[in-house]
Amino acid sequence: MKLEKKDILGMKDLTVEEINLILETAESFLEISTREIKKVPTLRGKTIINLFYEASTRTRTSFEIAGKRLSADTVNISASTSSVIKGETLIDTARNLEAMNPDVIVIRHSAAGAPHLLASLVKQSIINAGDGAHEHPTQALLDMMTIKEKKGKISGLKVAIVGDITHSRVARSNIYGLSKMGAQVFLAGPATMLPRNIEQMGVKVYNKLEDAIVGADVVMMLRIQLERQKQNIFPSLREYSQHYCLNRSNIKRAKKDVIVMHPGPINRGVEISPDIADDPSYSVILDQVNKGVAVRMALLYLLTGGNE
Amino acid sequence: MTENRNIKIVMDSDGIDRCLTRIAYEILEKNKGKENLVLVGIRTGGVYLAERLQKKISGIEAGKIPLGILDITLYRDDISTSNKKPRLGKTKITFSLDNKKVVLVDDVLFTGRTIRAAMDALIDFGRPKMIQLAVLIDRGHRELPIRADFVGKNLPSSLWEAVSVNLVEKNGIDEVVIEEGT
Repeated sequence: MKLEKKDILGMKDLTVEEINLILETAESFLEISTREIKKVPTLRGKTIINLFYEASTRTRTSFEIAGKRLSADTVNISASTSSVIKGETLIDTARNLEAMNPDVIVIRHSAAGAPHLLASLVKQSIINAGDGAHEHPTQALLDMMTIKEKKGKISGLKVAIVGDITHSRVARSNIYGLSKMGAQVFLAGPATMLPRNIEQMGVKVYNKLEDAIVGADVVMMLRIQLERQKQNIFPSLREYSQHYCLNRSNIKRAKKDVIVMHPGPINRGVEISPDIADDPSYSVILDQVNKGVAVRMALLYLLTGGNE
Repeated sequence: MTENRNIKIVMDSDGIDRCLTRIAYEILEKNKGKENLVLVGIRTGGVYLAERLQKKISGIEAGKIPLGILDITLYRDDISTSNKKPRLGKTKITFSLDNKKVVLVDDVLFTGRTIRAAMDALIDFGRPKMIQLAVLIDRGHRELPIRADFVGKNLPSSLWEAVSVNLVEKNGIDEVVIEEGT
């Protein structure tokens, strides 16, 4: 089995079969990270470039560790230390990187569609590690892997996604992915943070957190992305947290065995209260990070191959 | 099964069972008991055979010896040059291999490349005292300097023949068949 695709650009383009193949492969990769020697020789001689035009701790480290555990050589480029500050365009950067013959380029960019542009220009496999407010497929895949492990399935579950939906690529990728896998997705957020006509994606939309999480199996809290907001879309963080912070009292409206997820980094006390974020009976936030390495190993494994 | 294919059954259910019984005794004899002995089955056929050997060994000397499962896909020597990606199975070795006598179990020993991969994988899990190899069928045609310590049956074959070990656990029947290639 190999993915027929050259690139992983978004959950929108993945079929249910492809998602299942990625998740199953990732489950087999989990074990490697528990070994004393956390390395297999599978991708010896392959080169992976992590091209990050935006800040990242989790995703970049996760891709780097995934590559290294598979014995690939990983190279990290961040915009602040590259020729980007000398004015090189994305296209020129990509062509130059291509000339060095890497096998996979992982890209994060503030512009939606940047990975798609790259994919059409270079022959290497491109993995989208987040493009603007568009998609973040590897996050959705690791979220689905976490849900599958904790709940035993995805189909039929009620998943509430709460917060700044408009600016969230995590939300968009999860809506695509979870809906394809048969889950029901409920959204909640202030009207200014809900994209118009989002219902067309097959989700139910609420204004109140309390309404959206009733009977939920999974509650996914989103980070307030101050860096993406061109104008103030809510009066103050304090007011936001009064209405949209998941806490001990409102979480009781969800199912008793609800799991709480967050793509990180968390703003403690803004969208999630610290006692929920740190309570292992609810929070699976660190499980998500753990699964992230396995999902990325699976993608690197499935995308690379010979030149037949 | 199509009519014109030439399929020959070379071992039946009783034959397989007798081979495994003998191998179980041989493993205990060579290792002077089951102290520090562990079995590791290579996915998929080797796992079922290792499970059966585990049962047989505990029938001879009381007490279960540990059993691990190994998927060697990530250690294959053709994985980075081939475009075919085998479906990855789970590896499950929940015990330490340090100072253990490891008996690797596989169904058919052919080129030896699988065993090479398996030995590399085992060494990533620790430092076994020794690694031994038990196979149900040795069909020859080695491409690496590897031999088995315990062999159910030597089956000289030609390269264009296919040797398959069918087991109840995955194929619904116990038999070893040799099939002429087309």
